[in-house]
Amino acid sequence: MSTEKEVPYYMDPSFLRGLTQSRITRRSALQGAGAVSLAAFLAACGIGSKPTVAAHTNWVWDKATKAGVLDFANWPLYIDVVEAKGKTTYPTLEQFTKETGIKVNYSEPIQDNNSFFAKEAPILQQGQSIGYDIIVVTNGIFLTDYLAKGWLTELDPTKLPNFTQYAAPRVQARDFDPGNKFTIPWQSGFTGIGYNPALTKREITSFNDLFDPAFKGKVGMFSENQDTGNMALLGIGVKPEKSTPADWQKAADKLKTQRDQGIVRKYYDQSYIDALSKGETAISMAWSGDIFQANLSAGNNNLKFVIPNEGGVIWTDNMCIPLGASHPLDAITYMNWVYQPRIAATMAEYIEYITPVPSAQDFIKQDAAAAKAAADKASLLELSTDPAIFPTQDLLAKTSYYRVLNAAETTQWNDIFNAVIIA
Amino acid sequence: MAVATRASKRPAPRSRWGRALAPYLLILPGGGWMLLFFLLPIVTLAITSLESGDFLGGFNFTWQFDNYSRGFSLYSTQFLHAVEYGGAATIVALVVSYPAAYWIAFHAGSRKSAYLLAVLLPFFVSFVIRTLSWGVLLSDNGPLFAPLKSAHLLPLDFRVLATPIAVTGGLAYTFFPFMLLPVYASLEKIDRGLVEAAQDLFSNRFEVFRRVIFPLSIPGVFAGVLLTGIPSVADYVNQDLLGGVGTTMVGRVIETQFTVSINYPLAASLAFVFMLGLLATLIIYQRIFGTEQIMGG
Repeated sequence: MSTEKEVPYYMDPSFLRGLTQSRITRRSALQGAGAVSLAAFLAACGIGSKPTVAAHTNWVWDKATKAGVLDFANWPLYIDVVEAKGKTTYPTLEQFTKETGIKVNYSEPIQDNNSFFAKEAPILQQGQSIGYDIIVVTNGIFLTDYLAKGWLTELDPTKLPNFTQYAAPRVQARDFDPGNKFTIPWQSGFTGIGYNPALTKREITSFNDLFDPAFKGKVGMFSENQDTGNMALLGIGVKPEKSTPADWQKAADKLKTQRDQGIVRKYYDQSYIDALSKGETAISMAWSGDIFQANLSAGNNNLKFVIPNEGGVIWTDNMCIPLGASHPLDAITYMNWVYQPRIAATMAEYIEYITPVPSAQDFIKQDAAAAKAAADKASLLELSTDPAIFPTQDLLAKTSYYRVLNAAETTQWNDIFNAVIIA
Repeated sequence: MAVATRASKRPAPRSRWGRALAPYLLILPGGGWMLLFFLLPIVTLAITSLESGDFLGGFNFTWQFDNYSRGFSLYSTQFLHAVEYGGAATIVALVVSYPAAYWIAFHAGSRKSAYLLAVLLPFFVSFVIRTLSWGVLLSDNGPLFAPLKSAHLLPLDFRVLATPIAVTGGLAYTFFPFMLLPVYASLEKIDRGLVEAAQDLFSNRFEVFRRVIFPLSIPGVFAGVLLTGIPSVADYVNQDLLGGVGTTMVGRVIETQFTVSINYPLAASLAFVFMLGLLATLIIYQRIFGTEQIMGG
């Protein structure tokens, strides 16, 4: 990457520095609604200039100072949580505050990648801050978009020693963000099949079980077309990374048959897990950790998760610092902090997604040894070798990443799969 | 004109200016409001609907009329769903609320306001919450169907949720007070003397209703159909919470195009097709059933 390149105006350092300070907000507020709507109007008409400025690598880090506050936007059910006496607390966040003095405003506004992107992108497009210091974005179409638009702050590797030391080699080398310049993983997970054995009355092993007429009206699929599309590709025996638009069409046709035969009950967002726990669906596309957590919260649900024979999809949710974040230093401090194996272990024990820190395993084993109750000991021991947290090479070989799509392909992909999903 | 004479006694210049400006000043707040929050967005929407491109590359105004034909052909089923479910919900709401309104207007006596309050009471709770509770109630193994299923009165795979029936029912439930209240209002103001006169002229109760009460309540029904029909045709929440595959209405498509796919031009053109279709329907509806009281026609 050269140092001189065309950078959109909102990446102009002076502009950004202004954003992170309060003086500009009052003035722009006084300019009133007229100016704002005019700007929106012009933006809507596609009028606007994009001056060329020099890219300043890591200018953020020259200036950043500790603010003692961190605004963290995450997905629901994605961190260790304790509910006691009607109060929700997050043990690791509290520990972080105690150790660093940084207060975390933790919120869970992200239900799926596309609607979160659609909500925040126009704000970022206008060069404004979205009010979060860390957001969690899955690899795929939207992360590509954030990166292509230059909406993420380039990370300073010297501030992430724990990541360099403890992160799995697998997550230190990823095609979608070489060198982890802008993102580091939060957790990874599999998209596979979740099912309720009491309702399916048999073991589920294949992607084609989702197409079994015996489960008519009891099958849940995802409304996010990356998961559904990539799974369907695996289902027709095509590796997503090598697929062509003709394959996509074939996969979509298969999904369309499934839909038109009345097999699919609904295309779900995160709410699929409710439908599965309530028995409204017997078998559903699912994210690995959710099934574990649903079994915990609903008691004796006994839902099962399986990666189909044809293969599953693996994805990584990534922490990144959106441009214009007000507390970048606090954000990167946290990002580094969660890479301590001890902390990663605590979180893995709660959320059962693939941890980016393999050495967390030792700490889970220690916890198991220290556990007093026999049941706790057993479940911790099971966790310490759980392939959903510490996947084996065999398992990883069975899974594929999402098809990487360029802009033109994205449009094509959306057209093909949305024609199935929006019905 | 009394006002004019009195005003002319004031110092002349101020009064002339005042009189000339008064109508404009009076219309300023309302007119400004409409300009800012209705006309401007509509114009922006119209411009957006003719743009091409994508969000990341930027949209450009290119008179892309293709958006209209493309949107309509892609989502004609969803337009149809909107008409079907919205229409059915309006009819259900009418059938349910007319007898209730009739009873409150004619037979509730001094407790009228208590009953009306009861009708409005659910409105104190957000309608998303109410729709979600319907989801719980109608759930496949929920409190309503689980007992019937375990008693083998219903087949095990019976379901209402994720079907058009659930969506229509949800719409009818959400919007029925908008039907009930105008119908009630028009029934309430019927001169009871007319009812008595009809009875004196040997009409039986059915004839009284058919020849006197119902015709006089038509303005209320007309308004009720508008107030229920328009929002239920455009609704995008019920189908999401109660519907399933194949129950998507166009309102939801527009919402998805705006907030998920970020295809603003397609969303805007769909919204325009929808709005114009609705407007045309309204004009026809008004020509056929309209009364002076409602549309001032």
